[in-house]
Amino acid sequence: MALDAGWAQEWLRTAARAVAENRMQLMELDRAIGDADHGENMDRGFAAVVAKLDAGPAAATPAEVLKTAAMTLMSTVGGASGPLYGTALLRAATSLGDAAEAQPDAVVAMLSAARDGIVARGKAESGDKTMIDAWTPAVEAAATAASAGAAAGAVLAAAANAAQAGAVATDPLVARKGRASYLGERSAGHRDPGAVSTALILAAAAEAAGEPG
Amino acid sequence: MSVGLVIVSHSAKIAEGVCELAAQMAADVRLVPAGGTDAGGGAARIGTSFEKVADAITKAGQGDGVVILTDLGSAVMTAEMALEFLDEDERATVRLASAALVEGAVAAAVQAQAGGSIEEVLRAAEEAVVSIRPEALEPFVSRSAAAPGATRAPAAEGPSASGSWVLPNDMGLHARPAAVLARGLADLDAEVTLNGIDGKSVMLLMSLGLGKGKTVSAQAVGPDAEAAIELIGAAVEDGFGELNQDGQH
Repeated sequence: MALDAGWAQEWLRTAARAVAENRMQLMELDRAIGDADHGENMDRGFAAVVAKLDAGPAAATPAEVLKTAAMTLMSTVGGASGPLYGTALLRAATSLGDAAEAQPDAVVAMLSAARDGIVARGKAESGDKTMIDAWTPAVEAAATAASAGAAAGAVLAAAANAAQAGAVATDPLVARKGRASYLGERSAGHRDPGAVSTALILAAAAEAAGEPG
Repeated sequence: MSVGLVIVSHSAKIAEGVCELAAQMAADVRLVPAGGTDAGGGAARIGTSFEKVADAITKAGQGDGVVILTDLGSAVMTAEMALEFLDEDERATVRLASAALVEGAVAAAVQAQAGGSIEEVLRAAEEAVVSIRPEALEPFVSRSAAAPGATRAPAAEGPSASGSWVLPNDMGLHARPAAVLARGLADLDAEVTLNGIDGKSVMLLMSLGLGKGKTVSAQAVGPDAEAAIELIGAAVEDGFGELNQDGQH
């Protein structure tokens, strides 16, 4: 399907369902190496996004939808993921501009802009055991898929699969950013909750495009 | 008017408490808490809210500039986002301090109360460090660096004066008198040492922890040395205005 405003809405609604379904898992992961609020924060934030979409006028472009979601997450999530995902979606919206639908190259640019926004906001690098460890492989896989001629939905599916692998690969890492970094070596052996929620959100983007990873 | 402060914390109680504490020493400064998030309705939750921070910046601003102080990581990110959303003119009047929240807020508030510029208030926040043993800070923090108001070059030479007094009031040299002394001394052209620390630093004065009956010894060097010693002497002998009417201590 075309990645238009309808897709963007479906993406966020699917993400909200995925976050709600995995709320306990995210909280358990965060309890191990953080402050245990990631699941609750994300669930609250995405529920607010859905409420906003339900109440608001129909958007004409995917960028409009993502911008609304960004502003809502920034004010409702509460934890670090609020400004991080808020920035990601804002940068994604800016990257899409006023296009009515996103083509494969635009999907790559959008994911890349989102990732760069998170890096700028959180100042984390690859290997710090953060959501960047899911985002960066996702951007790379998306670029590879697009240059091989994949359709936009398939580009998202490639990104989602790589994000999931990236999240799994955070298990042995020692956290160098965020609350988990206070634990030092003891953070190894746990999966990063932010990387897991990133994988969920990107999987939702692919699913909304009819291409479950 | 003065520079306003925005206190961003994950906890609404912390943000309000820091404002309350700083207000004791800076009655005329706009101190606006932006703590917690009330998303989802009901009681304030732990976290930070873009909307609350953005509103607080507007409330604290009123054209005189704003310094923002934050607690843990994501509070910094939320504040940075709020800054990015300001228009360019307003953005130019707001600073985000890298400071210890409580110490920085108190020092910044005192500096704002004294009419400091936005850069002076920012510096006061960022340089405020306190320890229960100020001498332990010596290798890390220069005395003048920890002093809000120590923005002009200290007088290196000139007339000198000294004095020593016993604290007569029950509370001793607590937060409010420390602010009164530091503020008064900041306006004078003299280098003032009080029990071995910089007399112009409210944080270091508080850190001395001098109670009733303890001795305050001060040395001042510079054109206003005499005035500085008189100021300290008068304030101490008056018990910082805290003595009972009948003179009973």
